[in-house]
Amino acid sequence: MAPTIGTPTSRVDGHAKVTGEARYAAEFDAPGLAYGSIVGSTIAKGRIARIDASEALRVQGVIDVLTHLNRPHMAEGGGADEDPYRDDVAPEGSPFRPLYDDRIVFSGQPVALVLAETWEAARYAASQVRVDYDEEPHVTDLHRRRDDAVALRERTKVRGDADTAFAAAEVRHAGEYFIAMEHHNPMELFASTVIWDGDGKLTVYDKTQGVQNVQCYLCGVFEMKPEDVRVVSPFVGGAFGSGLRPQYSVALAVMAARALQRSVRLVLTRRQMYTLGYRPGTIERVALGAKADGTLEAVTHEAIGMTSQFEDFARNDTTWSGTLYRSATAKYDHKLARLDVSTPCDMRAPGAATGVYALECAMDELAVALKLDPLELRYRNYSDRDQNEDMPFTSKKLRECYRQGAEAFGWSKRDPQPRAMRDGSELVGWGMATGVWEALQMKTAVRILLTANGHAEVACATSDIGTGTYTIMAQVAADMLGLPLDSISVKLGDSTLPHSPVEGGSWTAASVSNAIASTAKAIRTELLQLAQKMPQSPLAGATPDDVALVDGRIVSKQDAARAVPIADAMRHAAVDRIEQETSADFDEDDGYARNTHSAIFAEVKVDEQLGVIRVTRVVSAVAAGRILNTKTAKSQIMGSVVGGIGMALHEETLIDHDLGRIMNADIAEYHVPVNADVHEIEVIFVDEPDDIVNPLGIKGVGEIGIVGVAAAIANAIYHATGKRVRDLPITLDKLQG
Amino acid sequence: MVSRIPVTLVVNGIETQLEVTPWTTLLDALRDHLHLTGTKKGCDHGQCGACTVLIDGRRVNSCLTLTVMKDGAEVTTIEGLATDGALHPLQQAFIDHDAFQCGYCTPGQICSAAGLLAEGKARTEDEIRELMSGNICRCGAYPNIVAAIHQAMGAMGSAS
Repeated sequence: MAPTIGTPTSRVDGHAKVTGEARYAAEFDAPGLAYGSIVGSTIAKGRIARIDASEALRVQGVIDVLTHLNRPHMAEGGGADEDPYRDDVAPEGSPFRPLYDDRIVFSGQPVALVLAETWEAARYAASQVRVDYDEEPHVTDLHRRRDDAVALRERTKVRGDADTAFAAAEVRHAGEYFIAMEHHNPMELFASTVIWDGDGKLTVYDKTQGVQNVQCYLCGVFEMKPEDVRVVSPFVGGAFGSGLRPQYSVALAVMAARALQRSVRLVLTRRQMYTLGYRPGTIERVALGAKADGTLEAVTHEAIGMTSQFEDFARNDTTWSGTLYRSATAKYDHKLARLDVSTPCDMRAPGAATGVYALECAMDELAVALKLDPLELRYRNYSDRDQNEDMPFTSKKLRECYRQGAEAFGWSKRDPQPRAMRDGSELVGWGMATGVWEALQMKTAVRILLTANGHAEVACATSDIGTGTYTIMAQVAADMLGLPLDSISVKLGDSTLPHSPVEGGSWTAASVSNAIASTAKAIRTELLQLAQKMPQSPLAGATPDDVALVDGRIVSKQDAARAVPIADAMRHAAVDRIEQETSADFDEDDGYARNTHSAIFAEVKVDEQLGVIRVTRVVSAVAAGRILNTKTAKSQIMGSVVGGIGMALHEETLIDHDLGRIMNADIAEYHVPVNADVHEIEVIFVDEPDDIVNPLGIKGVGEIGIVGVAAAIANAIYHATGKRVRDLPITLDKLQG
Repeated sequence: MVSRIPVTLVVNGIETQLEVTPWTTLLDALRDHLHLTGTKKGCDHGQCGACTVLIDGRRVNSCLTLTVMKDGAEVTTIEGLATDGALHPLQQAFIDHDAFQCGYCTPGQICSAAGLLAEGKARTEDEIRELMSGNICRCGAYPNIVAAIHQAMGAMGSAS
């Protein structure tokens, strides 16, 4: 039986997804289900003066209207460390508490929850709830607050004297870049179906990237016992980070079920999803100083991001240059502007997607100033060590990404002169950029149940948000247990399963796969013990490391003739099932930097008269350790490139700062890439063996594909038109203006 | 008292009687009344295409369709595409080409693609891209969706 790891295996959940059998959070049913509809605040800051629900309560089918005045009990405590509303991935601060009190801290904040016998009745009645406010002045404009931004101390690092080195540099570039606020907009609406199991016990079907995080949060907020709350999420209709933290929707759905003592479904509208987390709008200033030959001597990277008034959300935007390039000096600084908005959250490659955009555009501008090929500039400053921490990498095949990507793209045929390449009425531009992300891993537990009929069930409380977790778990288990792929069933997305952190940061593939490997070893050890109890066992004296599980047999690695069928070993011992659970923990304090890298080459065609921009070709060459499934991993990178196209050309959440309210809270006015926007995308996985990062050499591919894409496109647009637009998204008006 | 209106739909070949309020969309009727949750709600405003079904063979956003307007219509949802357990060529092509990730837009993409093939308008990959642009895939599987539709066109003999 050939190994499945490293092959283009089709998704094991594919059949369920193409037939409509896969069930998402809003699609579980229960007798007597009540429906909720949220009323959102129309102001950004102030207090609720009065709520009149009398009209709403008169609507036929309405059961109740919950507000901060009549809601059931919620935890009250506070204080930074003891806050019961803080979840596993909460940033510094005090999380938003839905329907907690009369205070309004962002526009669209839930102020009432209408519960009715039908969705239509709930939705109509929600429009009949009258709310009066005592409004206070708000600020929602990042640019207005930039001078009052607060420095994050732990994000500020210094290497040498970057200011002096910059001032003395032969060639300099300094520029300010802006990345617009973006919303994840997964296709599935945020939804929770709470099943009232009686005696206060609840089963909560929720759209989340972390069932155990949600369970823990609900126990804290409603002071419930863990055994009384089960959170289930077998399928998630996209998330991209928006499902990492428990959302107010799940808290409100549980609150309603407890108030009514019956099952409740609450689905947010697309508009309401814009009141959840988002990629923060960020101002980035990058200054690069170099010798005339391109050698970097100074890097300064400053970021100012937006956050709410109640939590300080920030990710690493500024230090990526130290991971990618050699420079004698570097200075990084990150500030936060507190605004009257909801708290931002992680969105695909948080920090890197924004910070590396600025860095890689600045590198392109420096290359222009140096009259040097932008790829050559990267080669000249290539770093084999992470200069921030002064550590070697577990592996870094970025040079190979550059080489293979450039070759596939045809980079050597590029005319360096802007506006020099044409295709009919369109200007043609070629740009490139580097991408980088971390190879993270988290402690994760896996249980394997092997039955004598040769079937194994692999279980972990992790998630599959479309990333392919079901499939890679089945593949790793099949290979480690020596069973065919269709003899493996995978259970995930259930808080009662073995421990898993939230699915994020690209850490799931490495964490869960290594946990499967360690649990499979425990199974192998137990099987060997059974086999050695058989009379004249051919495996007598062998240790677990001397044998492998292959084709349903326990086989000596030294001599394949010495083997025992698994079924025989179990039958002889009168054992019909073997169950093992282990955790994979990772030693990351071993003096190595752990990163994935990529090189992105983009071609744009720009209509000279109209300014219409098309991204006609992208090559993304990725070095991300061992690739478990070349089909689903390629899709991850391809999808990330599409996300990068959206970031470069389309996506922008717009706030009316007078009202403090988002203006384009839907998917017609907030533009995301559609099929016609996407053309050729070629994905290359560079061979990157790595026996240091973790036993299986896996680094994860969830984020790396988006990092650098917007920069490659922006650089290509400059090359096509000769015009440098530093503010994303690059829309026609900016190009023409 | 809100009066409910009797409606007869032929859903996936089965004649189905419903009593719905005048404002119940076909999408909510399918999901909440008939428990056919394969048809997805992504925006409820006709912006995303996740709710695409076939009505009398034409692709339609079911969230913009009132159920009472479709009395007597034949409705095909994702649950009705496979025959006798055998996947529709588009369903198989979507699996083969990994034309989805989270799977939430997938039923709408596949129903829309079935409508597209019936229309016979798409000949080239560019035309497929253009005519499939009413179905948003946030996971960004577009190149694979185009490849899958192209494969199914060949399998169904409708490619030129």
